[in-house]
Amino acid sequence: MATKLRVLVGCKRVIDYAVKIRVKPDKTGVVTDGVKHSMNPFDEIAVEEAVRMKEKGIADEILALTCGPPKSEETLRTALAMGMDRAIHVLTDEKDSPTVEPLAVAKIFAKIAEEEKPDIILLGKQAIDDDCNQTAQILSTLLRWSQATFASEIEIKDGSLKVTREIDGGLENISVKLPAVISADLRLNEPRYATLPNIMKAKKKKIDKKKPGDLGIDISSRIETLSVEDPPVREAGIKVESVDDLVEKLKEHGFTS
Amino acid sequence: MINLQRLSRTFGQRSIFFTRHAKLARNASTLVVAEHNNESLLPATLNAITAAKKVGDDVSCLVAGSKCAPAIQELGKVGGINKILVAEDEAYGGFLAEVMAPLIFASQQQFGFTHIAAASSAFGKNILPRVAALLDVSPISDITAVHSEDTFVRLIYAGNAVTTIKSNDKVKVFTVRATAFEPASLDGSGAAQENAPDAEKVNAHSEFINQELSKSDRPELTSAGVVISGGRGMKNGENFQLLYDLADKLNAAVGASRAAVDAGFVPNDMQIGQTGKMVAPELYIAVGISGAIQHLAGMKDSKVIVAINKDPEAPIFQVSDYGLVADLFKAVPELSEKL
Repeated sequence: MATKLRVLVGCKRVIDYAVKIRVKPDKTGVVTDGVKHSMNPFDEIAVEEAVRMKEKGIADEILALTCGPPKSEETLRTALAMGMDRAIHVLTDEKDSPTVEPLAVAKIFAKIAEEEKPDIILLGKQAIDDDCNQTAQILSTLLRWSQATFASEIEIKDGSLKVTREIDGGLENISVKLPAVISADLRLNEPRYATLPNIMKAKKKKIDKKKPGDLGIDISSRIETLSVEDPPVREAGIKVESVDDLVEKLKEHGFTS
Repeated sequence: MINLQRLSRTFGQRSIFFTRHAKLARNASTLVVAEHNNESLLPATLNAITAAKKVGDDVSCLVAGSKCAPAIQELGKVGGINKILVAEDEAYGGFLAEVMAPLIFASQQQFGFTHIAAASSAFGKNILPRVAALLDVSPISDITAVHSEDTFVRLIYAGNAVTTIKSNDKVKVFTVRATAFEPASLDGSGAAQENAPDAEKVNAHSEFINQELSKSDRPELTSAGVVISGGRGMKNGENFQLLYDLADKLNAAVGASRAAVDAGFVPNDMQIGQTGKMVAPELYIAVGISGAIQHLAGMKDSKVIVAINKDPEAPIFQVSDYGLVADLFKAVPELSEKL
């Protein structure tokens, strides 16, 4: 590749994947105070992919971008410790943060992309809190760039990318021209852990702070949350003693012919 | 600022269509984007049609592809569909998002649909958010219930919370969790077909190369009545043969946990969970699966859950109706033999 690529990676701070979430008694949302948060696992994969692109000499500058409340800075520091060069934080109010919808986030990212002119924007395929799986697709549409979602392999050649996508029946290969928005699936790579020296170095890296208002983006919700509730609880089951007992139970339910 | 007018212009449409039809549309009218593979209709489309009918009676379908006849023939058997829009062209052969979305957008502009739906498969998830972006509306993913024209239910946090939401957008664009809705019945006599409006077919962005599909004679995972899944406890890929043998007895599909996929035991399209497929069969048998939150997200709506695990403390036993604490390498062959 004649010129090296600039890569922008979106990261979101979410409740850690291992936490058993609790719904608020007033049904307005889930409890987030005092709950462990970390980088959305799919975004870690996107960050890792960007860092690998830089290590392979494909990318020259790699930027991390988040949209979220002040605490999202931790997430950017993690991305910087994994190897990102610098970061941009689009600050939202604490009260807005659970409800900034993918449409608004994509508009913010599109604006930043106009300024930063990346060749590739890498995002996770979905955030594990809202489970939307929308931002990359919307962003690619707004920018009128190529789209490659659910990527499990990315190969770069001659100004285009061969992307292997995870689809329902197996895998699909497509070729996309740059610039492109790519969303990472789980099997794209195995993210590295940030080492202590890199965590220390990350503290010196630069984080630009911006506000959605400065970018001229309206982040108000189009979708109102009427309630958030616990899912129905399954009735406690029983332990059977033997395979014979299990066969008996399956017969009772008519599962054997 | 990206606005609707600019987007509309860019995609060769006049935004006046949008406002005029929005006013005319007093009642809900839904466009369901059919998913097919140029050979047959994919069954999840029928579940999406059921969800669309809960929004309102006026349901149309869009079939786009390089060969639409087989899907149209199957859709013709679905009762209560108003019309079938057809866009047959090589450009749609690979169902690339960059050409599919403008076509759906153009159909909405022409007919003023108030709702656009598709199954929340890899196909629907890839394309519908783009349609929403063209319309400048916030899409709604993976709904599990319809309360009214603008109020829907969906799951968040890997199925650990249920949220009821109201969309304030003019057009509602949503994907449907197939397992949450019955398939539409095939008792109709065929809806009228007409050509879908012309849309930009030139795709300067992406090109379809090929698909590598996993071949299987077993029922398709997301619609199978019985699903048997293996996890890390299977130890290797060869041992999955035990599950295939059991599956043959029960006419079941075979799935896997993320651990089994990551360990390379089986291909990733077998993965069940938050990041894989959602299943809700009559019977789900989890073998050697601990039951992590992410796995439960994909299967806990199954009617009857059976768990076979040697660890009595495994979280899977908290959701299973029948749990057998046993070594799977003994219990599974015995079960196959006795069924």
